[in-house]
Amino acid sequence: MHPAFSVIFLTTLIGVGQGLFLALVTGQVYSLANLLQPQDSVSFYAMGSALSLAFLAAGLFASFFHLGHPERAWRSAAKWRTSWLSREVIVLPVLMLFIALYGVVHYFGLTRPLFVIRGVISVDASLILGVLGAIAAFALYFCTAMIYASIKFIEEWHSPLTLINFTLFGLASGFMLAAAFSAWSGVDLVGFFGTWAVIFTFAAGISRWLSLRRNRHLVHKSSLQTAIGIRHNHIEQKSQGFMGGSFNTREFFHGASEGTMRLVYLFFLLAVFILPVLLLGASYWMASPYLPVAAFLMQYLGLMAERWYFFAEAKHPQNLYYQSMA
Amino acid sequence: MTQLALVIDLNVCVGCHACVTSCKEWNTSGWAGPLTDHRPYDKDPTGTFFNRVQTFEVGEFPRTETVHFPKSCLHCEEPPCVPVCPTGASYKREDNGVVLVDYDKCIGCKYCSWACPYGMRELDEHQKVMKKCTLCIDRIANDALPEAERKPACVLACPTSARLFGDVHDPDSEVSLAIRENGGYQLMPEWGTKPANHYLPRRKTRIQIFEDELERADNPLKKEAPLPAAEGETLDDVSF
Ligand code: SF4
Ligand code: SF4
Repeated sequence: MHPAFSVIFLTTLIGVGQGLFLALVTGQVYSLANLLQPQDSVSFYAMGSALSLAFLAAGLFASFFHLGHPERAWRSAAKWRTSWLSREVIVLPVLMLFIALYGVVHYFGLTRPLFVIRGVISVDASLILGVLGAIAAFALYFCTAMIYASIKFIEEWHSPLTLINFTLFGLASGFMLAAAFSAWSGVDLVGFFGTWAVIFTFAAGISRWLSLRRNRHLVHKSSLQTAIGIRHNHIEQKSQGFMGGSFNTREFFHGASEGTMRLVYLFFLLAVFILPVLLLGASYWMASPYLPVAAFLMQYLGLMAERWYFFAEAKHPQNLYYQSMA
Repeated sequence: MTQLALVIDLNVCVGCHACVTSCKEWNTSGWAGPLTDHRPYDKDPTGTFFNRVQTFEVGEFPRTETVHFPKSCLHCEEPPCVPVCPTGASYKREDNGVVLVDYDKCIGCKYCSWACPYGMRELDEHQKVMKKCTLCIDRIANDALPEAERKPACVLACPTSARLFGDVHDPDSEVSLAIRENGGYQLMPEWGTKPANHYLPRRKTRIQIFEDELERADNPLKKEAPLPAAEGETLDDVSF
């Protein structure tokens, strides 16, 4: 498939936004259980929510560049019964609404407990919104990944690993951003978020490795024989029906050389899984606000390369009809 | 239920592209138009087509065969391109099974083109909406046309009658008969899309002749008298 930058930005940016929000809610739940220091509502939770919203909005903005008719984008909520794309289009604004409300509640300090469960857990409006938002965030990971995983004949994508990868990459980069945000605003949660970021990065490394291995050994169901229905071991294409290009040759081929593919592959392995962990580790010894920020930026760059590779490695069966020009 | 479809006979197609040009001509100016071109007279010309004819070589020299392969939307009975569309622009008509795109609803997200395993959909560079073969819906469902002309433009244009058109759900239709009796098959059956269009394979006409059928053992000539001995060249040997 041809990797489109609009979609690369969309999927990586909203992944970060969702992950950051989940990190905030995790922090709040931990402090509720007295495992962490409670943080300042305005400077931490409200600003964190704003940052998360900014990432989601940027992703949404990028997605419009993918559309031929962005002015009709509202129509895409119509077929939620059958289309995962439609479901994503609905869940994304719902999540943004929850995050906005969560931020507002924290900003105005509307965190007076509404009721107390068993005399220990005091539930306030922000917690309810946080939990609802967390559900929406996970639902959004699911919808985004299902857009790809549900197409059964793009066999590289048609696997539960796609769902796991999208979720873990989002969580890793989101918690990484939470660590960077804490370091930047001088909050003592770098270690907490950083540890989770490393755990998620590690888990994502395993699941991505599994999917890379799966794709390397993939035997495609379709062949030129089934594509044109002729049983012969030796079939060669002589003409595609045109001499210039067509939508079919542009949309479904990445056009990059083997060398470029290899380079992107090595870069994302390094930039997603290794460098950020090293940078974060270094920040344990040198308490610098820049190191976690650098770790997040490095991982985000790596994730863009990863998403590019995700598209490029997928082989659409239609390509069988476009093997050679001459 | 009616399911209109094409049956394309690969045994007959000569690869003349008459169906490609007539399709483009009819549809660019009709209901589904325009089918825009980019740089038509420059380097790298490109444009939107509903129908293409590709060519494949089967076998190894010298035992090769050239197969011309016309390729257009197969109007699948289980079209994977329809449920994925977020807007409902991509739909299958209930009354005749033709798969269509509503250009006024399409947002040009290209998702349906990913979801067609055959690569039968093309995004129009100019109009920015998804386009594909309509089976000439504006001809076949047009009561103003005389009955004989209510057929897709490609079918009417084909000089060898390699393209048949009809209802594949009617067991007695010309297309059903052709599929049943001439080994009609579907493309990529492994994905369960149930394409309505079928292809008819190459078919060889062979007669089986045995030696004793050419040279009859009981040849009366042999019995009565020996054949005249060769006396040099006869007129048959020098003329043809
Ligand atoms: S051939 Fe492709 S575009 Fe046509 S109905 Fe089937 S899946 Fe859809
Ligand atoms: S490109 Fe148009 S027809 Fe295709 S899925 Fe998107 S909105 Fe539907």
